[in-house]
Amino acid sequence: MSDHASPTATVPAGTVPAGTGADADGETATRHGARIELADVSKIYAGQEEPAVESFSMVIPAGELVCFVGPSGCGKTTTMKMVNRLIEPTSGRITMDGEDLLSLNPHELRRRIGYVIQQIGLFPHMSIADNVALVPRMLGWDKRRTAERVDELLHLVGLEPGRFRSRYPRQLSGGQQQRVGVIRALAADPPVMLMDEPFGATDPITREHLQNEFLALQRRLRKTIVFVTHDFEEALRLGDRIAVLGERSRIVQYDTPDRILAEPADDYVRSFVGGQAAIKRLGLIRAGDLDLLPAGSASLPSVRVDATLRDVLDAIVAHRAQRIAVVDSDGRVRGELDFDSLTAAADSGGAR
Amino acid sequence: MTAVATPASAPSRRRSLTGVIGIRHLATPAVVVVALIADYLWVHSLRLDSIEQRTLNSGYLVGRTAEHLKLTLVATVLIMSIAVPLGVLISRVRARWVPPLVLGLANVGQATPAIGVLVLLTITVGPGVGVAMTSLVAYSALPVLRNTLIGIQQVDPTLIEAARGMGMRPAQVLWRIEMPLAVPVVLAGLRTALVFCVGVATLATFVNAGGLGDIIVNGIKLDRDPVLVTGSILTASIALLLDWAGGLVESALRPKGT
Ligand SMILES: Nc1ncnc2c1ncn2[C@@H]1O[C@H](COP(=O)(O)OP(=O)(O)OP(=O)(O)O)[C@@H](O)[C@H]1O
Ligand SMILES: [Mg+2]
Repeated sequence: MSDHASPTATVPAGTVPAGTGADADGETATRHGARIELADVSKIYAGQEEPAVESFSMVIPAGELVCFVGPSGCGKTTTMKMVNRLIEPTSGRITMDGEDLLSLNPHELRRRIGYVIQQIGLFPHMSIADNVALVPRMLGWDKRRTAERVDELLHLVGLEPGRFRSRYPRQLSGGQQQRVGVIRALAADPPVMLMDEPFGATDPITREHLQNEFLALQRRLRKTIVFVTHDFEEALRLGDRIAVLGERSRIVQYDTPDRILAEPADDYVRSFVGGQAAIKRLGLIRAGDLDLLPAGSASLPSVRVDATLRDVLDAIVAHRAQRIAVVDSDGRVRGELDFDSLTAAADSGGAR
Repeated sequence: MTAVATPASAPSRRRSLTGVIGIRHLATPAVVVVALIADYLWVHSLRLDSIEQRTLNSGYLVGRTAEHLKLTLVATVLIMSIAVPLGVLISRVRARWVPPLVLGLANVGQATPAIGVLVLLTITVGPGVGVAMTSLVAYSALPVLRNTLIGIQQVDPTLIEAARGMGMRPAQVLWRIEMPLAVPVVLAGLRTALVFCVGVATLATFVNAGGLGDIIVNGIKLDRDPVLVTGSILTASIALLLDWAGGLVESALRPKGT
């Protein structure tokens, strides 16, 4: 199963091969995401006049990863934490698959929602296995099932259980700790995950590794995820949808990455997109998702099917080529792309 | 997947009590043994008069030492069972002004000369072991109280955030996260309290509660140096040994992985 989670350095960003489905690996069937709906949710902190979050309404479809982006202090964390009620909303309704979250016992609710924070928060006095096993144990899983689950999850993120199970957090690198933070949140297979800048504290290279790995994982698990980030590129790479938030968590635009790039709602959103929106859009589309031109006989520079159109463009410029061959992982040529394929794909809004 | 960085596999850190005792940990007992032997040889080389003989015989020495240890240990148990829960309780209080207030009161307790407390109590309730115990506890509880509070307050708030986010109840957060991580600090306070107790317990003699203070005060009152020195060496030895044992327990109980 390690192939899902092993982006190699040669695979460009955001182009990890999609998983083949959890069940094909013979592992525990996972519970996919639940639909979350926030309706008219507001939060006024005690002793403050201005609300931190005002009338926030959003539907997050089951199994989607939604990125919240917005300036510091705009209310991203506050909005997210109201879902697991670490912060109690002042007013409004939040439901998960129709179930009213505000009527549940908050502790039991939180055991059903994975939670990952930037500081990771692994407990230093517990082994890696004990950290990961915490929620399953609180839910009363038996010993064997818990131990098997811990090993399965460690495997999933490339940490060999035999070597890492009984280590303590400080014996792991930052990237490894962050992986453990993620699988600890996944341990009891919650339908929903809340992630607050989970990769924010890592260096750029580790961060990209973690993002790719996590994306591959999410393609398989299909959890419903609220993902807070400062990094718009990260949102583009990971999000099924992006919510660009303004003051008091006002939703300025809530859309797919492609549409945010193609049609930013206003200058505020445009400022997040930054320059090169067209190139960034190409980065969202995979070569293999297009209708390819039939392969000719000439030998051409090639990219893999999981490369993005941004990589194709790069190859066109780098090799001064008219056409680029698209090959699958065995090196077999699937077809070809030329510059017009790229512009046509951009016009049609990509394959997402 | 390739792990980004793989730290050299750290040596397994077993911390059993026997594993903790290394050569450097034997210094304190060695000093104590040497001092006791030296005192023994010195006293034996003297011709003791009848007054000295009444004190410097094994029966009397063992009896007073036992009393002293008992006073110290009982007081310590009392301190633990009062100061630790009180410290935890204060750490739960939301009001900002409460912890400084309680610590301030405890400070006053410690700043008051123990002999003063002893005298006051004796005047009001009469002499006895109870009075000795009360002043011992009042005087020595501060380090434990303060360290319990600090030990809990110094736990990284993001750990508590993570614990709550996973669905732990407040009691679970306290017992599984905060207390284990506070243990080293609490034990350091306890160790200090132990040493305080050994010292203050010498005053128990003034309220007829026995202990090594009997020997020391005899030595002073009757102007007999061998008696005074022996009493002092015994007291110091107990303090050193308890501190030493406390140190061992501290390393043994330090949560693994920290
Ligand atoms: N516990 C609190 N009490 C009072 N005000 C708070 C509290 N937590 C947050 N706020 C305020 O609410 C607003 C939103 O904070 P929030 O933490 O949700 O922002 P954020 O978008 O997550 O910011 P960042 O990107 O810096 O993490 C801010 O103005 C902040 O000062
Ligand atoms: Mg935040």
